[in-house]
Amino acid sequence: MNLSNVKGSTMSTPSSSGSHLRSTGDAVSDQFPAGLRVLVVDDDPTCLMILEKMLKACLYEVTKCKCAEAALELLRGNKNGFDIVISDVHMPDMDGFKLLEHIGLEMDLPVIMMSADDGKHVVMKGVTHGACDYLIKPVRIEALKNIWQHVVRKRKTGWRDPEQSGSIDEGDRQQKVSDDADYSSSANEGKSSKKRRDEEEDADERDDSSTLKKPRVVWSVELHQQFMAAVNQLGIDKAVPKKILELMNVPGLTRENVASHLQKYRLYLRRLSGVSQQQNNLNNSFMNPQDPTFGSTSINGIDLQALSVAGQLPAQSLAKLQAAGLGRSTAKPVMSMPLVEQRNLFSFESPKLRFGEGQMQHLNTNKPINLLHGIPTNMEPKQLANLHQSAQSLGNLNMRINASVAQRSPLLMQMGQSQPRGQMIGENGSHVNQLPTSLLQPTVPNRISNGVIRNGIASSSNINAAYNQVPQSSSFLNFPMNQTNEMSVRSFPLGSHPGISNITTKGMLQEEVTSGIKGSSGFVPNYDIFNELQPQKSQDWDLTTAGLTYDATQHSNHVQGNTDVSVSPSVLVHPGFTSIQQTGQNRDTTSSMGKDMFSIGEGMDQGNLQNISQPQNPLLVDNSVRVKAERVPDASSQTNFFPEQYGQEDLMSALLKQEGIGLAENEFDFDGYSLDNIPV
Amino acid sequence: MEVGQMQRQWIDYTRSLFIEGFLDAQFLQLEQLQDDNNPDFVVEVVSLFFQDSHKLLNDLTVALDQKSVDFKMVDAHVHQLKGSSSSIGAQRVKNCCIAFRNLCEEQNIDGCLKCLHQVKQECCLVKNKLETLFRLEQQIMAAGGSIPLMELSF
Repeated sequence: MNLSNVKGSTMSTPSSSGSHLRSTGDAVSDQFPAGLRVLVVDDDPTCLMILEKMLKACLYEVTKCKCAEAALELLRGNKNGFDIVISDVHMPDMDGFKLLEHIGLEMDLPVIMMSADDGKHVVMKGVTHGACDYLIKPVRIEALKNIWQHVVRKRKTGWRDPEQSGSIDEGDRQQKVSDDADYSSSANEGKSSKKRRDEEEDADERDDSSTLKKPRVVWSVELHQQFMAAVNQLGIDKAVPKKILELMNVPGLTRENVASHLQKYRLYLRRLSGVSQQQNNLNNSFMNPQDPTFGSTSINGIDLQALSVAGQLPAQSLAKLQAAGLGRSTAKPVMSMPLVEQRNLFSFESPKLRFGEGQMQHLNTNKPINLLHGIPTNMEPKQLANLHQSAQSLGNLNMRINASVAQRSPLLMQMGQSQPRGQMIGENGSHVNQLPTSLLQPTVPNRISNGVIRNGIASSSNINAAYNQVPQSSSFLNFPMNQTNEMSVRSFPLGSHPGISNITTKGMLQEEVTSGIKGSSGFVPNYDIFNELQPQKSQDWDLTTAGLTYDATQHSNHVQGNTDVSVSPSVLVHPGFTSIQQTGQNRDTTSSMGKDMFSIGEGMDQGNLQNISQPQNPLLVDNSVRVKAERVPDASSQTNFFPEQYGQEDLMSALLKQEGIGLAENEFDFDGYSLDNIPV
Repeated sequence: MEVGQMQRQWIDYTRSLFIEGFLDAQFLQLEQLQDDNNPDFVVEVVSLFFQDSHKLLNDLTVALDQKSVDFKMVDAHVHQLKGSSSSIGAQRVKNCCIAFRNLCEEQNIDGCLKCLHQVKQECCLVKNKLETLFRLEQQIMAAGGSIPLMELSF
């Protein structure tokens, strides 16, 4: 036998990279998920190398990056060049969560966080910041095998953009999308939908990066300008979607599109006025010059605004605008934010605000978008500043967030709702001043305390209330950012987030899980866990049996009705090893698992005896335990436990219902992987 | 020594490494990643690890030698070491790192120093063990044999 055989047999040999036809991020190619374009960011060269190898073994196209800045540059330079990003949490040059925020805001790609740190707080942070998954190091190849699900999910949610909640168009779009799911063409397929037609943005690749069609309307700068012109003409009070639509006279645009965009805009305004209390001029200037601010492209801030409104504007264009207007170099590595942020900010304002004011009331409103992208705490003032600029230009959307806040988190800015933007300007204070609206000027340069923004956000987001205050802020931030699926995707605290749920459920006691997820079910469908465990079991080593055993034990733990909840997080996280010990301990309790458990337990015992200090070893040592037999029960037990493993939406609904929040599914897109709103 | 014998030796040696806790299942994952296209993958990764850890340990030594120890930085280094050691399956090193981090949290300098010493030792140990293992592998390959598939079904 050869070691080499192992790999060969487990993996198919198709050429993963290069030959794959996912040049434009087409996710629906036949070979999918092979060829998935992954960007890995980790400052640890050992891990980076291992990950690269593993991903290649999964037939993905891998790009490595040692530092976050370089990664951002790569991403910005190649908007549609990647499908998913995997990033370490602890990095010297930039915090992983910050990177996460940036990516979410600028590119709206699914991001998986990973770390050797499996502490609940860190994992929660990942969730709130909008990570679609969280992997614990050491990462096993099984965990990577399924990351494509996040890409698909994101695309899907992108389609069902809550922009048109319940609109027929949306339904049609979705159908179309699904019909065309087989396109292997680039994401631009989505453009086929009529909504896309009016997209002027040519560069809005974010929407299309995923091959799945995204029939959303992209509110480009021009479109938004037209919108603003119409609104101003009618007067903000009298601006009704129908009339606006008529005035805009854009083919393909529907009343619903306008309505949702208007809602967002109104929210934005409200936010600004809330914030403006502190900065009167801001408000005034904002209100009045709405037109100019939004409409004029000449003004730096404005452009940004428009851009952000469009949300779709690619960072590049935004950057351009910024650069032009602000005179700043958009190329700032760290500042991808400015561009992006601005974009986001606007997007925030723009249609991306899926939630109309009314909707805001619901959970969705703030959350849908990466909730925690903009967790203010992480943002650096600089970043905020950038955002601010853009945000400010937007017209001070509710400058609820004090300027200081804005600075902190670019994301916040994006939230648009909270309009931290104006605040973010901190750095761009100069820019802001330039803005004609001048709303921002005074305010902008200030540092808006994150707290402020957060408060602002929190208050504004009703939805978050349902889940957590915390997520709210994050959601706000994310809101604008994710233009495509914004709200829905990230913010939902669906416990179902596989990666995270795994950790949470596993590591945490039941109550934790439930609290986190608020799932009535208590068990978050941990797709990943299962996927990981199961495949792990069979393939992992030859210790398949061992693997199974672990699963069984874990499951049994769960099954036992939390009796075994005592399993420590570490155990769960490292199913292979620690679980054994646990099983041993829980042997008695795991009745459901039945014989399997016992056998495992026994095995464990032996193992434990052998290596008291090294629990893991027993696994290896005792692997003689039967695998197959256990496998069956495992499967059943597993299924029992996680009947809804794949029913994220159901879980979400359940959660929401529990929360008392109306399930605005169309708004939120309970993706499951965006657990931003996990109620804590 | 003939190939069969060497192979058996290799199996026994590998098994002992697992039993004694020097390596864990993650190491097997690495081995599984190795294939004809990357016949030296494991060796490369392990070498990379030791290079990196060497640097980290130096940094740690310096950091703990300061008059006023910056525990955050120490913790960051240890965290990194923990991550990379767990990625290659160096279990004992990883466990040491876990203990180390706890001591960092407590800001226990003496404890940290002791732990640092221990981590260094463990790194050395596993490095030697792996070097022995790789040498054995080389010998097997040179003799025309192939490395047995690690089944770990003791």
